[in-house]
Order: sequence, then C-alpha cells, then structure tokens
Amino acid sequence: MTPEEQLLHIAEEHRAAQQSFTGSLKVCVAAGCVSCQSDQLKKALDAAAKKSGADKTCKIKGVGCLGLCAQGPLVISEPDGTLYHHVQPADAEELIAAISARKPVERLAAPANQPFYTRQKRIVTENFDRIDPEKIEDYIAVGGYGALIGAITTRTPAEIIEEIVKAGLRGRGGGGYPTGLKWSTVAKAPGAEKYVICNADEGDPGAFMDRSVLESDPHRILEGMALAAFAIGAQRGYVYARAEYPLAIKRLKLAIGQAEKRGLLGRDIGGTSFSFTIEIRLGAGAFVCGEETALIASIEGGRGSPRPRPPYPAEKGLWGKPTLINNVETFANVSAIIRNGSEWYSAIGTEKSRGTKVFALAGRINNTGLIEVAMGITLREIIFDIGGGIPEGRKFKAVQTGGPSGGCIPEQFLDMEVEYESLAKVGSIMGSGGMIVMDETSCMVDVAKFFMEFCKSESCGKCVPCRVGTAQMYDLLCKISEGRATRDDLALLEDLCDMVKHTSLCGLGQTAPNPVLSTLRFFRDEYLAHIDEKRCPAGVCKMRTAMEVHA
Amino acid sequence: MSAPARVITLHIDDREVGAHTDQTILDVARENGIFIPTLCHLKGLTPIGACRICLVEVAGFNKLLPACATKVTDGMRVVTHSERLDRYRRRVVEFLFASGNHVCSVCVSNNNCELQSMAQLTGMTHLTMPYRYPRLRVDASHERFVQDDNRCILCQRCVRVCDEIEGAHTWDVMGRGIEARVITDLNEPWGESSTCTSCGKCVHVCPTGALSIKGTAAAEMKKKTHFLAQYWTLKEDRS
Amino acid sequence: MNKVRLATVWLDGCSGCHMSFLDMDERILQIAPKIDLVYSPLVDHKEFPENVDVTIVEGAVSSEEDLEKIKKIRSRTKLIVALGDCAVTSNVPGMRNPMGTKAVLERAYLENAQENRHIPNQVIPPLLKTSRPVHDVVKVDVFVPGCPPNADTIFYVLNELLEGREPDLGHLKFG
Repeated sequence: MTPEEQLLHIAEEHRAAQQSFTGSLKVCVAAGCVSCQSDQLKKALDAAAKKSGADKTCKIKGVGCLGLCAQGPLVISEPDGTLYHHVQPADAEELIAAISARKPVERLAAPANQPFYTRQKRIVTENFDRIDPEKIEDYIAVGGYGALIGAITTRTPAEIIEEIVKAGLRGRGGGGYPTGLKWSTVAKAPGAEKYVICNADEGDPGAFMDRSVLESDPHRILEGMALAAFAIGAQRGYVYARAEYPLAIKRLKLAIGQAEKRGLLGRDIGGTSFSFTIEIRLGAGAFVCGEETALIASIEGGRGSPRPRPPYPAEKGLWGKPTLINNVETFANVSAIIRNGSEWYSAIGTEKSRGTKVFALAGRINNTGLIEVAMGITLREIIFDIGGGIPEGRKFKAVQTGGPSGGCIPEQFLDMEVEYESLAKVGSIMGSGGMIVMDETSCMVDVAKFFMEFCKSESCGKCVPCRVGTAQMYDLLCKISEGRATRDDLALLEDLCDMVKHTSLCGLGQTAPNPVLSTLRFFRDEYLAHIDEKRCPAGVCKMRTAMEVHA
Repeated sequence: MSAPARVITLHIDDREVGAHTDQTILDVARENGIFIPTLCHLKGLTPIGACRICLVEVAGFNKLLPACATKVTDGMRVVTHSERLDRYRRRVVEFLFASGNHVCSVCVSNNNCELQSMAQLTGMTHLTMPYRYPRLRVDASHERFVQDDNRCILCQRCVRVCDEIEGAHTWDVMGRGIEARVITDLNEPWGESSTCTSCGKCVHVCPTGALSIKGTAAAEMKKKTHFLAQYWTLKEDRS
Repeated sequence: MNKVRLATVWLDGCSGCHMSFLDMDERILQIAPKIDLVYSPLVDHKEFPENVDVTIVEGAVSSEEDLEKIKKIRSRTKLIVALGDCAVTSNVPGMRNPMGTKAVLERAYLENAQENRHIPNQVIPPLLKTSRPVHDVVKVDVFVPGCPPNADTIFYVLNELLEGREPDLGHLKFG
C-alpha cells in the first residue's frame, strides 16, 4: 500500500466502525467545559447509554471546543444537530432517552442557527465539533495527515513554501510577519541542522485560542509542523507549551505517540526519506518566554530571557542553528492551505490579511467563548452579532485586543474591518486573539493599570527600561487611579511610555506602554477626571489621599 | 560554520569607516575614536545589550539597536548621538538611580564608579522621577569580598565573567523584573558557595560598588579589568 | 543697584555644604557687595523673610519641620538652589528610607542608647516616612550635586545667578 492508501484505509476502517451508530451525542471535552464537569457528564452519558442499551446505536463522543464556553457544558446531538447548553450529569438519562425517541430536550436546547455559529468561518477550528481530540483515527477520517503525506510523496519543499507564500498567511502570534517569507528565510539559511518550534506559550490575560486548538485538534498542529519541517529541511521540532495547560499537554503527548505509532512522525515518514520528531518542552510560567529568543533560551535550559535581534532565530536560533518559530494558530492553518491550495485560502479575508482569525471573547460580553472569523469582519459584527452584545443592557465602551501589548479600541471604530493594519492604525494590534470587551462600568485608567501590573511582574528584568520603567509606570498609574497625581505625573508617564517603548530589549517592554498610550489617546478625559477632579467616572477606582498612602 | 569576515564600509555619524563583518558597531566606533557610552558592556565578555545605554540609530531599522551586540553590515548608516538618544540615555541612568540605593558619597567606589560617571556624562544632575528605595541585601559572608545589592545595576558582568572566563558559574540572576537580583549558587550566602574560587574577577568587572573587597573604605575601591584585555588579546591571536 | 536678597538654609544635612560655601574664602568678598544675606545659619535671623531672590538649600527634607520650612521658603523665594547631594538626592539622610522610620528610631534611641532609653516625642520634630530630595516636595530651579559641591562650583553658580545667567551644571557628579 502507498502511504496515501494507508491513510484511506485507516479512515475507511474507522468509518466502518461507526456504521452501527444512528445517532451521537458529542460532548465538549476542552478545558472550558471540563472545568464545569463535562468529563463527569460524559461518564454519566456513557453509563446512561449502557443502562438503557442505547450504547449500541448512540455514540457518546468527546469532541473539541464548541465555542460558547460560558454556556458549558455543551453537547451536540446528531443527526438532528441540536446544541444543548448548561448540561449537567443529572440530565444524562433524559438526553439518552431523547436521542432514542428522536425528540430533542427543549429545556436544554440552545437557540438554533444563532449568529454565533452562522457568522463564523472555520478553518483552524473546522474539526473542533467533528473529532475526538484523543483519537488519531478521527483526525485521519476527516482527511488529516493527507496534506503531509501528499506533500512529502509528490511535492518539493520549495513548492510547499511557494504555496504558503501565495496563500498570504501571516503570523498569528500577533506580529503578522508573512509566514511564507519566514519559511523561505529559514530554508535558505546555510546549515544542515534546523529546527521547527511551535510557540504554545500563550500568556495574554483573557486569551485561550491556542489552548483550545491544542486541546481540540492536536494532530493539526503536528501536521502543520511536519509540513513546515519538510519545507525548511528540519528533522526536529519542539512544542513549547506552558505548563498551566495540562489538558493540552496531555493531548499533545497522546497525539505525538499516536502519530509516531502510525508512522506519521519519526523516522522515514510514510516510507519516504523525510524524518521528523517532535518533543514537548514545558514553560515554567513566564510570559516573556513567548518572546522567541527567550523561548529558545528556555528550551536550551537557560534562564528565559530574551537577547537582542538581529541575529533573528531564522539565522541563529535554537543551539545557534536556523530555527523556524511559528505560533500554534499559524501551524493550524498550514495543512488546510496545502490541502485546499493557496488560491482557496487567499480568497478568504482581506487583501493584506488573508484567511481567518481565532478570537477568544471575554469580558463584558454575552457569548464568552471561542470564535473563528474571516479577516475583514467588523468589530461590531464580532461583538454584537457573534458575541451577542453587552450583558444587562449596558453601553459598550471599548474592546481590548492584543493583551498587554495591545490597546483599547473605542466605539467610533466599531465598524472598522479587523485586519493587522487597521488595528495598528488605531493604536492596537491584532495580537494573538484575545478580545476583552468593556462597558461603561470599566475604568480605562484601571484597565491600563491592570496591564501594566502584568508587564511589571512578567518583565524578566534583563534590560533597564522594561525592568524599572514598568515599575515606575505602574506606580504612576496607581497614583493617578487613586487621585493623588498631578498633570506633571501624567507628563512623566507619557515620557516614560515613549522611552520604554523605544529602548526596551524585547517585545514585552517595547509594547508594555501600549495599553497606556491607547487609553490616553481615546480616553484622556478619564485620566484628567482622576487627576483634576479626583474622581473616577466609572466608579471603579478608590480615591486615596497622600496621607492615607504614606501613613 | 559562519561565513568568513569580509571587509566593508559603513557610515558612523557621517564618517565613512572600514570594518570587518564580524565586528560590532561598538567595536568599529571605538576603533575610529567615536565614543558610544556603555555600561553593561565589557570587552572580553559576551555582549548582552541589557543596559540600553549604547543604543544607536541605524538607517532602515525602525528600532534602536544596541551598538555592543549589533554586527556591522555593508553600507550601514549609524547615528550615535542625537537629542533623542541623549534623552533616552539620561533616562536609563535615572532608572538605575531610582531602582537602587546609590549613595555615592559613602560608597567604596565613589569616584571609581561607571554609574556615577555615566550620570555625569549624560548630564543627569537630579532625578525627575521618584526613588523606589527598595530594601536590599548586603552579603558580607565571603571572607574577602562584599556584595551590596543596593548598588547593583544588574549589568550581569559578574555573571558573565564567572561563567565565561573563570568557568565557575557561581553567579546567576534570580527573580523577575524589578525583583531581579544577582545571586551566588542557588541563592546561598557567598561565603558558603561551593563553586566560588574566590578569584575576585567578578569584583573587578563590577562597574559600581556592588561588589567590593572587604576593608576598602569610601572611594578606595579601584577596579582592575586588565586581565580581560589579556584574555581578549590571547583570543584574538588564536583566531 | 539693588542687591540680590540671598538666603541659605540648612535642612537635614551635615553642614558640609555650608562649609564648602565658606571655602570660597576671599571670593566671598567679590560676592558680598552684590548680595544681602537675609537669612542663613551663618547670620542671626529667626524668621525666614519675605521677598527673597535666591535661597540656597542644603540638606534633605526629613522631618515635618523641614517640610513646613521648605514650603514657606518656596512661597517666599523666587529661585531655589538645591545645593549638594542631600538636597538633590536625599543622600545619606535617605539611607534610612528602605528601613522605615521605626527601625532607625529604635536603633538610635533604644538599641544603641546607654541610658534613658525611649523614643523622644517632644522637642524633636517627627520624621517623615521617607527623607526626600527637595524637588520631591517643592519646585527647585537649580540643581548642584556634589558631596559637598566644591567652593569653585558654588562660586560659579552664585556668580552666574548674580549675572542673571542660568549656570550650566550638566558636568557635575554625585558624591
């Protein structure tokens, strides 16, 4: 059998095994739903199915993130497609009875055809509701590893890079650097030993895109990395994942083992001369290790602190060798591009930002959860259509994108199309995909203070501007929020923002002032209210006198 | 193997200078008598670009680059002094004074201190931001040397010299951000260090009074870094 | 010609800056005709006067008395010169800042006291939580670092100010 035939065979076998099932209940087993006991729910469903004998006809299946995280545990019933929300283990018998009777349980059903689902465009998350993340056969059955086997048996590395270049894919970790260009730089770099690293050190407050992808479709990342390795000529790869994601790590480990067993990773993949192994490295809870040079230092066993670039990792990376580092979501796009072609991909999105973007919706929004949308969608569509708007009839104030490196976008830009350039133009960044919505009860000084406190505690301390600057700026923000600051303090804050932004060693420090700068740009009046009138317009900050502080 | 060094020309402050591609901007500037201030850098130790004092403007880069850690390229145009760079350098010095407890008048390194000189050089006559007054440790457990965190600027010269030249790696950095400190071994008292060879190189590369020899009074501690120059010449001769 | 009304004050410092002032020696005679020394530890005035042109401040702001004094001085002075490291950086008085006032008072009046061990609560003005540079509390116009600034520097500063010029002090160093 050719490697391709082998894949088809696995898929066929798997499909045959499912033939006896006339229906299924798909339970979300990603972290959001597991945290409200979807694992217990799945056990209860298994037990109930067994008890009633429905286990012969109804498949109880764990699947990836179903998106509406705040309404979990979520269950999809097939073939009717009903989405159940807030399902408890106690509901198990009722659900099993319902699927046998082919009559949905009305009280648990979420509204059908919600904009939350209909307005999304799914590439990265296409398998989330289709496959069991712990079964490689499920992934193969939906066409998984087909792109890899096709590439290594019939195409050249240059062709693969060309495809990624033409697709217009850009780095999804936040920077938006053209992925194809990065790949070709590493491919061209001299040296036989090269590395592929998947940056899974997601650390922005409010962001859980990468975690969801790793938990819901881990093989997709492995396939993307293997394609990259083939394209650039690497034999070894690392996934640098934060240790705070135990479920993602567990599934990734499982996936690597399964792929090796099936000959889809390891030596002579698919019987070709292409070999590629992947190891997992765990981050020890340092946000700065998301910065590529710090990440490399950490993999090498050193202290996770960044070093000056150039030289870039593409030239001198892990162990001094040319290294390709891409984010989880970037790799998650790769197999779809190779499978469907760059033309298909580049038709999605806008001219400069192709494809889709996964966002984690959080904050004051009705549909807290994970979404994937085509680039070019407006913020209003994301927040009000897909996100369901602001709870309790409150008024929208701003949306924070890009985490501690990003900015707050006010109402006047709600109709702006979401793409790398437009977000940068209004003082924010695409970032990795965290989207925190704020309403009138959020104080923008407080928001800026929150992110500065984050940067201050996550600064590695290597370079002076970030080490001391973030602490000084945080103190100034405290002073402002407590009504103890003067206009001189504000001027100093702005001056320090400029200095830290332009002199810090790595991205952490260079972008740490962004939340301050963007809130100052659009909400200066709120700062002035704290300073001149000793008043917090949103009623969040507690005013304190100097006497109270110094007592 | 990296490609062999080539001879190139570049512009530093409108002067055309010749250089090798394996040199840094700082190397070339110094060779040509162009002064770029430095603090964490010390010739003979791996540059880390941490203090940001030596940042320069390079045409075509929207970011400022550390002269100590950036290799020259053909046709590069470098600006080493501008109103903006001066302002940033002064701010760096202010940050260092604000984040430690630097009391020059009573310091062993008074008049022999690179931080003190840098304040003078950048015209930093007073702080325009609050002092932090952190409570820091003084470790006098070593029989010959003293470590005073109040005067440490985290340049990591001690860490590097101990690792790269002495080969002991007694020093390292612990903690993050404003809490970062240099420590001996696993944050054990220096005097109890099982790796320290008491060679004193760390003391002599320390730009401030953070590391000093016991028994030296205010203004008595003069640092001698000639051993690095010898090491450097040896290394250059070999290559 | 109207003489410049000059004052010098001594907050929390060691008086070294005033000694350095006196070290101008005979050059004081060059300055004397141009000034009226209206208030100083060197002369016997009890109350800080109104309408002072220049006040030279030695020492950090460490006690409530210092704070009150410097605020009054600021309100009555056109131009304040922070003279010496204590005034500019809080210097040695500021060395207590990381420890807090309680620790230093206990050290001085309890641990190291031979007799009559108690922390005084009369006569001695209460300490501020931290000893602060003068410009942390009021606006300062001229900064003259040095511990102490030498007589040449002080002479230069005074001369420039008397000539109506802003002294160029960027080259001075701490310590």
